[in-house]
Parts: sequence; structure tokens; C-alpha cells
Amino acid sequence: MSEHHDKPTGIKRWLFTTNHKDIGTLYLWFAFTMFLIGGAMAMVIRAELLKPGMQVVDPLFFNTMTTMHGLIMVFGAVMPAMVGFANWLVPMMIGAPDMALPRMNNWSFWILPFAATMLVSTLFMEGGGPAFGWTFYAPLSTTFAPKSTDFFIFAVHLLGFSSIMGAINIIATILNMRAPGMTLMKMPLFVWTWLITAFLLIAVMPVLAGAVTMMLTDRNFGTSFFNAAGGGDPVLFQHVFWFFGHPEVYIMILPAFGIVSQIIPTFARKQLFGYASMVYATAAIAFLSFIVWAHHMFTVGMPVAGELYFTYATVMIAVPTAVKVFNWTATMWKGSMTFETPMLWAVAFVFLFTIGGFTGLMLGVAPADFQYHDTYFVVAHFHYVLVTGAVFAIIAGVYYWLPKWTGHMYDEKLGKLHFWLSAISVNVLFFPQHFLGLAGMPRRIPDYAIQFSEFNFMSSIGGFAFGLSQLLFLYIVIKCIRGGEKATAQVWDNPEGLEWTIPSPAPYHTFETAPEVK
Amino acid sequence: MSTQAGSYYLPTPSHWPIIGSVGLFTTLFGFASALPGTPDGPVGNLGVMYVGLAIIAFMLFGWFGQVIGESESGKYNAQVDTSFRMGMVWFIFSEVMFFAAFFGALFYARQLSVPWLGGAGNNAMTNSLLWKGYAGTWPTNGPGAVGGKFEHMAAFGIPLWNTIILLTSGLTVTWAHWGLKKENRGQLIMGLFLTVALGGLFVSLQAYEYMHAYHEMGLKLTSGIYGTTFFMLTGFHGLHVTIGAIMLLVMLIRSTKGHFTAKNHFAFEAAAWYWHFVDVVWLGLFIFVYWLV
Repeated sequence: MSEHHDKPTGIKRWLFTTNHKDIGTLYLWFAFTMFLIGGAMAMVIRAELLKPGMQVVDPLFFNTMTTMHGLIMVFGAVMPAMVGFANWLVPMMIGAPDMALPRMNNWSFWILPFAATMLVSTLFMEGGGPAFGWTFYAPLSTTFAPKSTDFFIFAVHLLGFSSIMGAINIIATILNMRAPGMTLMKMPLFVWTWLITAFLLIAVMPVLAGAVTMMLTDRNFGTSFFNAAGGGDPVLFQHVFWFFGHPEVYIMILPAFGIVSQIIPTFARKQLFGYASMVYATAAIAFLSFIVWAHHMFTVGMPVAGELYFTYATVMIAVPTAVKVFNWTATMWKGSMTFETPMLWAVAFVFLFTIGGFTGLMLGVAPADFQYHDTYFVVAHFHYVLVTGAVFAIIAGVYYWLPKWTGHMYDEKLGKLHFWLSAISVNVLFFPQHFLGLAGMPRRIPDYAIQFSEFNFMSSIGGFAFGLSQLLFLYIVIKCIRGGEKATAQVWDNPEGLEWTIPSPAPYHTFETAPEVK
Repeated sequence: MSTQAGSYYLPTPSHWPIIGSVGLFTTLFGFASALPGTPDGPVGNLGVMYVGLAIIAFMLFGWFGQVIGESESGKYNAQVDTSFRMGMVWFIFSEVMFFAAFFGALFYARQLSVPWLGGAGNNAMTNSLLWKGYAGTWPTNGPGAVGGKFEHMAAFGIPLWNTIILLTSGLTVTWAHWGLKKENRGQLIMGLFLTVALGGLFVSLQAYEYMHAYHEMGLKLTSGIYGTTFFMLTGFHGLHVTIGAIMLLVMLIRSTKGHFTAKNHFAFEAAAWYWHFVDVVWLGLFIFVYWLV
């Protein structure tokens, strides 16, 4: 592997880099930083909810925290982490020398810190930051929002711009840069899930841009998109938002499916069960994601035909998702299983994500949703799919590929400790929220009736424990970067994939001559 | 896929993206700072935004200049060309989805929210309690008559001429492409010149139409949902025509400098695709915004 491209050192290396591995590293560190910031905000929320009554923050700031926590975790932590994985892994998995458009790749990343700065700066502005929830429904976000909302709007524009360029790059890379013999149906499942995710991103991020642009003109230039007096409709905002928002949740979970589909076969020492059905199931989920959005708004007053249609369409998603869960289970069936840290996280993902999937089915049925809507049951549901789903898969993936990235094995004992601390605390954190929601505790409130005290107390204790456990993760990652047992090229016991054919750590440039895939 | 991965051009580290990020941030931060945050407040000082736009312009010149230089010196093989093509196609798809959001808002207002305000479906009480006497017919500025009395824009005046102009420009750009493919530089330059000129004419007529709407028809951006959807859809389209015309102008200048060969002219094709895209969007606008009122 020749080093014929010049590589500046110091800060310039990271600012100007066109290397997919450098950019992947930047994405992952950015995501982790935002994960800690968003996590700190969650700690504020749980501290306020530890006891009934008002004790830590005032209600407006509480609402600001729930809003910013959601926005930062979705746009700052989970999505960039997934793009970081794509940058590191897609070229190595398909035998490409780099991403298809390396300069644009740099730009996709380097917009993010600016967007995050713009978003977080709203906290320090007069009138406070956005406090209307991460879904920023009109008219809360238009007529009744603080001035800082305009900065929030442009932060969303920037984030969308970055995501669209990143997605274009990933599609061009996958479709145009595969090594000879790497046919579509030979691609690792992680690559497949990202190809479909990138399509979703390009399709819906512009719609989000449209939604915030309508907000911008309603707020500043007197348009009537969300103003009933002018013939518009606040509910229009919810339609446009969720047309983006529902595919968005699959944007966060499909790459997680991909990561888990790489890890489970390795530690079950079997090929992935039902590869083709996994691909088709992913595509089916992506298709369905476009036609189910109004299940987020069952209580808004839709015609009955709408309620029925969106219920039926929504529960259909259970079919391809179940195909995946059964395939992961069948992959493990009669395998020679071992439980290294990545596998622990992956198995926990399958189990806990499925819980989130089942509560999703409950919420997807309109008459049941009338009861659960806007309660803590919803909060519990989407944290099971996003934390024990997407975030668990991200952590699993970090442990799985960290030896390839750093050239060192991570500390297995600490990794397992991190897993057990997180897996137990996350359930203490989120499981009681199901009961709170079923008992009628609304979401997005800083105070609550006395009968909700015990479960909130449990949830907060679990929250603090889960948050602190992630500092252990930071320590393990840094320790692994700085040293440790040397990793072999294969790292694991005969894993499948081109990334395991190159040395650990992966050289700065890989596959400048395309490998032959049989 | 390809067998020449070894010769795929990998650019060296570049300072252009970070300059672009600084430019975007400055532009948007400056714009947000100047915005009133209320529909009736005045827009403040836009100085910072203009600085940001200048940085973006500087970045575009530098970055595209570098890419053009690399392309003309033959560094890009067929596989790189395919990456660029895919990039442009998916970028245009993202633009389609951006317009889809605004078309969606138009259809939603026309088919659902306006009739509902007029009492359609199960909304009889909404109408009789909140908006008594409101008929809910298009075009409308809503039950609150937001923005005051207005006339709607007729299809068969300037809009029809603009349709003819844009469709003609689609032909001239294709004629230019034929010229390029058979090495007829004169035809290429003439075709591009005609296309850019037609684009300029289109934007000028639209500017005239806007002035007419504001001064003589009482039709404004603030004229309820009709004014909102009319100006936002045609306005974003006009912006895209302007961008497309600038892209084609760059192609025109490059053509006069001897850039492009009969086989190798991705940039020209990208600009032409973009032009056809704004053309198709216009047809949607002509039918749903102007014609079917």
C-alpha cells in the first residue's frame, strides 16, 4: 500500500482530509460528543422527574431540555454515528479505494459541527432555546416560539444538507465502486441496509427542509401554511413533518439492522440465515415507511378512513421486521456461539428491539393509540427502539470493528462490564415508563401526580446509572486506541467480509488495486 | 463493477469544503440574526449574510475551478465520470422531493383543509361555530380573509408565454448538445446562448408578473393560502431557473474557451439535466397553480 497521497499533519489533516477512514473517525467522535451532550440533557430531565414537584429547573427550561435532547440525539448522535460506520466500512467491505466523491465527503462532515453550534447556541439566546418538542409542531414553533427558532430552522437546513450529500456519496460509492465480482447480492448486509437508508435520506431530508422553510416564512414573512384563518392548517405541518419523520426512524434503525447482521453470524459461526430475505425485508420496510406517517397523528382528528388505512399499513411493517428477527434467531440456532462483547450487545439488541417493536404494534392500532398517545408509553416505546435498538447496535459495532480501526483489542473484561451495567440500567430506566404511560402519565411535563412517584424514581435511578456507564465506554475506547493486545487481521474467529482480509489497523489507503471477489 | 479501481482519481486533501462550511454558517447565522421573528416586523441588517454569500461564491469558484482543471487535464476516468453522474441524478432527485413538499402543501390545502374549513366532511360544526359563512372554495385567502381582497393569476397570459419559453429552451439546450456531439462548436455556443437568453426572459417575465400581482391585483405572499402557495411554489421555481441559467452560463463560457469534447462533457449534461428538471417542475406549476383554479 503506497502512501502517494500527501497527508497533512495536525489539525489540517482533520480539516482538509479526503480520506474515508479519517472522515469516518471524525463522524464517530462527533457523534460520541453529541451523545454525551444529549445525554447530559437527559440527566437534567431525569433529575427533575426524580420526585414529584418542581425542584431542579423551571418548566420552560425543562421543555427546552426534552426538545434539545431529542434533536441532538437524533441528528447529532445516532445519524452521524451511522454515517461514520458507513464511511469506515462501506469502501472496505466492497473493495473500493475510498468513497466515490471524497471532497464532498469532507464537506458532509464539516457542516455538522457548524450546524450543531448553531443549534446549541439557541440555548444562550434571549427567550431561550426551542421548547416545542423535537417534532416542533406548528403553531408552537411558529406563532408561539422564541426568536431563537430561526436559528434552529437553519441548523436543520444545514443538517439536512449534510445528510443529503452524505447519502449521495454512499449511493454513488455502493453502485459505482464495487470490486469486480462483488455483485449486489454478494454485498454484506450492512452495505445493503446503508444503500436503502441513503435512498430514504435523499427522499425525505428535502421534505424536512420544506417543512422548516414553511415555518420560516410563516414566522417571518406572513405566509399562511399553518394558519387556519388564511386557509392553511396546523395539521399540515404534522403531515409534512411525519412524511419525513417516519422514514427518519428507519434511517436510524436500518443501518443498525445491518451492523447486527454482520456481528451475529461471526459469533454464531454460521452464515447469516436467509440473506436474500433480509435484503428484501429491508427494502419492504423502506417502502412501507413512506405510507404510514399519519399513525403519529391518530388523535389529531383524521377521517375514519384515514385512521383505518394508517392502522392497517402500519401493522404490515411487522411482517418484514419479523422476517429479520426470525432470521437473526435462526442464524444463532445450533451455532457454535460465543459471547464476546459485540455479540452480547447484538443479542441484547435483538431481544430489546423486539420489545420496542411490539409496543410499536400496540401504538400502531388507532383505537389503542387514542389511549396511549402522548403518554410515557410512547416515550418507552421509542427509547426501546432507539436506545436499546440503534444505540446498542452502534456500541456493538464499535466493539466489533474497534480492533480493525485501532489495531488493538479492547479490554474484554471492561467491555462486558460496560454491557451488563448498560443492559440492566437501561431496562430500569425505560421499562417502568411503560407502566407510567399506561397509567396515564403524559410526556413532556416537568411535574406529575403523586401516584407516578415510584416508577419515576426507578426510572431516574436507572437513567443516572445508564448515563454514567457510558463514561466507562469512553474510557474503554480511549484505552483501546492508546494500546492493548495486538489485533490480528482477522480479529475474530474466521469472520466473513473483505475488511478482515486487510491488516489491523487498516492502512490509510486500502484496495487501491481492487480485490477479486469470487 | 469496474476493473480500473486502481486508476480512480482520489483528490488530495482540500480546504474548499471547510471554507464552504464557514460560508454557509455565516450566511445563515447572518440571515437568522436579521429576521424579525414575527410576520410584521422589519428585516434587520443583512451585512453578515452578504459576507457569508461572498465566502460561498469564493468557495464555488475555487472548488469548481479545481474540478474543471482536473477534468481538463484528463485525471478523471470513466468510473469517476459515473460517480459524478450518479451524484447529479440523486441531487436532482432531492430537489424533486423538496418541490414535492410544497406541491403536497398545495394539494392538501386545496383538497382537504380549505373544504374542511368550509364545512366539508364531518366539519360542519367547525364551519358554523368558527367560520360561519365561509364557503371553502379555491382560490382563497382563508376564512379570515388574510391579506385582503385579491385577484388570482390567470393561466393564459404571461404564464402561457413562460411555458412556451421554457419548453423552447429545452429544445435549444438539446440542439446545443447535438452540436457538441458532432463537434460543431458554433451550434453548441449558439444553442447555449439561446437557452440562457430564454431563461433570462422567463425570469424577467416572472418578475413583471410579480410586480403586476403586487401593484394591480392585490395578490401578495401574505394573501392567505393562495398567495402563500402561489409565491412559494413559483418563487422557488424561479430561483431554480436562475440557478440553472447560471449553470448554463458557466457552460457557455467554458464552451467559448474550448472546454468539452464530443465524448467527454459531463458538466454540460449535468446542467442540461438540471434545466430539464426545472422545465418539468414548471409544467406541474402551470397545471396546478395557474390552470386548474
